[in-house]
Amino acid sequence: MSRERTWAAAFPVDRNDVELIRGAHPPRWKNPEPDGPYNLVVIGAGPAGLTAARDAASLGAKVALIERGLIGGACINVGCIPSKSIIRTARLYADMRDAESFGGDAPRRLHVDFDRAMMRMRQIRQRISRADSAETIAAEGIDLYFGEARFGGPDTVVVAGKRLHFRKALVATGAHPSGPAIPGLAEAGYLDNESMFNLTECPQRLLVIGGGPLGCETAQAFRLLGAKVILAQSDPMFLPGEERDAAQILSDALAREGIEVRLNTEVVAVRGEGGRKLADLVRDGDTTTISVDEIITGVGRSPNVDGLGLEEADVAYDASGIRVDDYLRTTNPHIYAAGDVCLEYKFTHTAEATARIVVRNALFRGRERLSELVVPWCTYTDPEIAHVGLYPAEARLNGIPVKTYTVLMHDVARAVMDGEEEGFVKIHVREGSDRILGATVVASHAGEMINAVTLAIRSGMGLHALADVIHPFPTQAQGIKMAGDAYRRTRLTSLRRRLAARWLAWSRR
Amino acid sequence: MLRADPATLSDDELLERYQRAAFGYFLENVNPDNGLVADTSRPNWPASIAVVGFALSCYPIGVERGWMTREAAVELTLAALRFFLASPQGGGEDVTGHKGFYYHFLDMRTGLRVWRCELSMVDTALLMAGILVAGAYFRGDNAREAEIRHLAEALYRRVDWRWAQGSSPTLRQGWKPKSGFLHYGWEGYNEAIVLYVLSMASPDRPASDDSYEAWTATYQWENIYGHDVLYGGPLFMHQFSHAWIDFAGIRDAFMREKDSDYFENSRRSTYLHRDYARHNPYGFDGYGENLWGLSAGDGPGGFRASVERRTHRFSGYAARGAPFGPDDGTIAPWSYPASLPFAPDICLAALRHLADRYPQVIDDYRLPSGFNPTLANRRRFGGDGWVSEGHYGLDQGIVVMMIENHRSRLIWDLMRCNPHIRRGLGKAGFSGGWLSQPTGPAAGGGDVA
Ligand SMILES: Cc1cc2nc3c(=O)[nH]c(=O)nc-3n(C[C@H](O)[C@H](O)[C@H](O)COP(=O)(O)OP(=O)(O)OC[C@H]3O[C@@H](n4cnc5c(N)ncnc54)[C@H](O)[C@@H]3O)c2cc1C
Repeated sequence: MSRERTWAAAFPVDRNDVELIRGAHPPRWKNPEPDGPYNLVVIGAGPAGLTAARDAASLGAKVALIERGLIGGACINVGCIPSKSIIRTARLYADMRDAESFGGDAPRRLHVDFDRAMMRMRQIRQRISRADSAETIAAEGIDLYFGEARFGGPDTVVVAGKRLHFRKALVATGAHPSGPAIPGLAEAGYLDNESMFNLTECPQRLLVIGGGPLGCETAQAFRLLGAKVILAQSDPMFLPGEERDAAQILSDALAREGIEVRLNTEVVAVRGEGGRKLADLVRDGDTTTISVDEIITGVGRSPNVDGLGLEEADVAYDASGIRVDDYLRTTNPHIYAAGDVCLEYKFTHTAEATARIVVRNALFRGRERLSELVVPWCTYTDPEIAHVGLYPAEARLNGIPVKTYTVLMHDVARAVMDGEEEGFVKIHVREGSDRILGATVVASHAGEMINAVTLAIRSGMGLHALADVIHPFPTQAQGIKMAGDAYRRTRLTSLRRRLAARWLAWSRR
Repeated sequence: MLRADPATLSDDELLERYQRAAFGYFLENVNPDNGLVADTSRPNWPASIAVVGFALSCYPIGVERGWMTREAAVELTLAALRFFLASPQGGGEDVTGHKGFYYHFLDMRTGLRVWRCELSMVDTALLMAGILVAGAYFRGDNAREAEIRHLAEALYRRVDWRWAQGSSPTLRQGWKPKSGFLHYGWEGYNEAIVLYVLSMASPDRPASDDSYEAWTATYQWENIYGHDVLYGGPLFMHQFSHAWIDFAGIRDAFMREKDSDYFENSRRSTYLHRDYARHNPYGFDGYGENLWGLSAGDGPGGFRASVERRTHRFSGYAARGAPFGPDDGTIAPWSYPASLPFAPDICLAALRHLADRYPQVIDDYRLPSGFNPTLANRRRFGGDGWVSEGHYGLDQGIVVMMIENHRSRLIWDLMRCNPHIRRGLGKAGFSGGWLSQPTGPAAGGGDVA
């Protein structure tokens, strides 16, 4: 990718970034000298690697942690943290534009200070990264090595000329953006999550390729920060895999904000012309050409498996990552994997949860299973879309009859007060019972609201009991409890009602 | 504007007027040479194959109600059936259809594909449903009615439903010569039951037996506003297949599991739409007890505008739905007669309210595709807000058919006796109710006229 043809500056962009590097990959770091075998060697200091190294070290294990880039991995440096920081500023501008509907006064001319939004992001990123600085980690008793790690055999890892012997190892090398194979795209220049946070100026016209979580979050944030955004998605709806109604609400919200939504649309060719980029979009066989200043791709993440010497260590892998069993063990029984490098669901919280399983299974002969995790996730658009457990279609395909209790956010008092009534709570139960199979929440703060359902599923609590959990009034999370109330109402059969009435009549005598 | 005061009419008189006004659309917008009927009454508009399906279903109603002669109905029906059989089919450009299916929009005169539109599976199914009505109704033992029966059977039999599944169990939505099948899938319940029933019943080229089950696997059964419903957002999804098939009392595996049926589901969905309008979360003008009904239809156009300090995005022709949207304040008033058999009380009340409160949107008892009172005196719109221009054939067709089913059950009874429909329902797993009774003599036959 030719960086000079994009709008992004080079990293480090400013003093915050220089500070970030000083903490997350100190330029004059001296790698320790290995002395004897390690209980656990961890490759990659992203969320998975950090969690495993810390958990193991705190239990007294001798641990080595190896990172080739910046500690914190994708999440802190080029993922969750920068993206959600920018989304906060984007929501601010959305509220400013909407000020009248909140009873305020909208600024007559809204000026978006893009540079400032990005600077704030860099400050936040640096600040959060401090908790995981090289010094802190070393002080926790972890041997921290910087350099490119590779296996030298079934029980050794080589890094920066040193051989580390291990009893157990964890591969937590994460994933990288797999640039879409669109003819001309690389030549014309484009941004992805590894370069877009270095933007210092907002592209006026922006094409975002891909309508998954990354593409939708990015398109909305840049739109609210003032760009004219075209969002091209090859599927008939956004967030493939999510429920139709959730995707529908999101697609309406994006269109309402002025994003040019192009569904069923494939970007087939790109070329540079006079400082602009021309992209050919095809929909149902018809081609249109659009001209934009910048292109951001939000499609596909490929596992980091190359150059690791996995063959020497007898660790099997394919295009979707390192092969693991339900205990997260690779084909080499002494080597485990966690996080993006082996998981279908690539999230920070799954990376951390799987790392925890690995520490127990690898070092303490635990038998914890990947398949037993209850994993929620959330797309941080406005409204947010959060999900946990089964989708109704999944349940039905497995022969489980399912019924959904739906509460509209416009019936949740606090959501109305907050001017955030877009969305719904849907809780799926096994028909004829109150066993919660899964839930989808679409709401401004869906990511916060889903936790109650995750907790209920995890603890085996049914929807009936959820109705008894007292929620402070007024809160948006009451939408969850209201689904429980709806369940209760359907249980009030006419027989029960008649019995209750008879009893009450008798009590009056 | 309305010429007679609807408030003074009895329910049946009122329905008769709306029904007849809607019926008039077909005689006004048909090309008698080839039986094609325009998609809308706007000048130079092409034909829609689905509208022809509705027209073919409405002619028998016109005959029974005395609004056209049997000869005229035979004439128009034959013109259409002969056209569809003779018109060019093939995988290239400049044709009318392919594999027995037809392009969604056709030139009114030449009958060839226009607008580079898609070969449409569901619209072909609606056309075929109309063709089967013609075959079922015209039972007279004269050469012309015999020809109708023969053509109807031939046209239905040559549709290659298996091909339309592509490589998946569910039917594809459409196909284009250059790009092949559109990759829009069917997800969730919608108007497609009649498509599946017809496709599975085909004697020669049926869809595979697992197709219906694969589609119903995507259903969502939900408790919303206290109603247990099989969810489908826009109201037309709860009406279109029902115009031909009486789903009361018959059940497939899904409805047996839920102890309900599709007719009951349409009733609840109608009430759900009314409840949504009472909630009126976006604060649109007029919404309430007697103004509701979001559906597929015309709209004010694609623009964003702020109304009462809230930004809305208004759309042109689009499918609108409740309660998850999209909703831009545009009401489809033809929803009331179209849902009449399911929820007569609230539909009649809404229909009367419409004439009372918004007489300007009704053109001598003919209902527009949509209107939007929220836009009154905003942007370039006048005091009536936005009202769809002209009329749409789909809306008029469903109005004629559903009022008739409500009044006499004519179409339902005709299709109950149709062996293809019965076989398709059986293959889709429907049983019980009228399906367990033997077929009586074909209703609406030659002896009836
Ligand atoms: C734009 C964006 C937004 C996101 N937002 C969210 C969100 O909101 N919520 C969420 O849960 N998830 C989000 N994610 C996903 C999340 O960032 C990842 O799932 C998470 O970082 C995975 O953690 P990990 O430890 O498996 O891998 P990574 O974070 O990728 O860390 C792997 C580390 O291994 C290092 N490494 C790789 N190979 C070697 C080697 N050979 N030697 C030494 N070191 C090596 C890398 O340098 C890296 O530091 C987002 C991702 C992106 C791109």
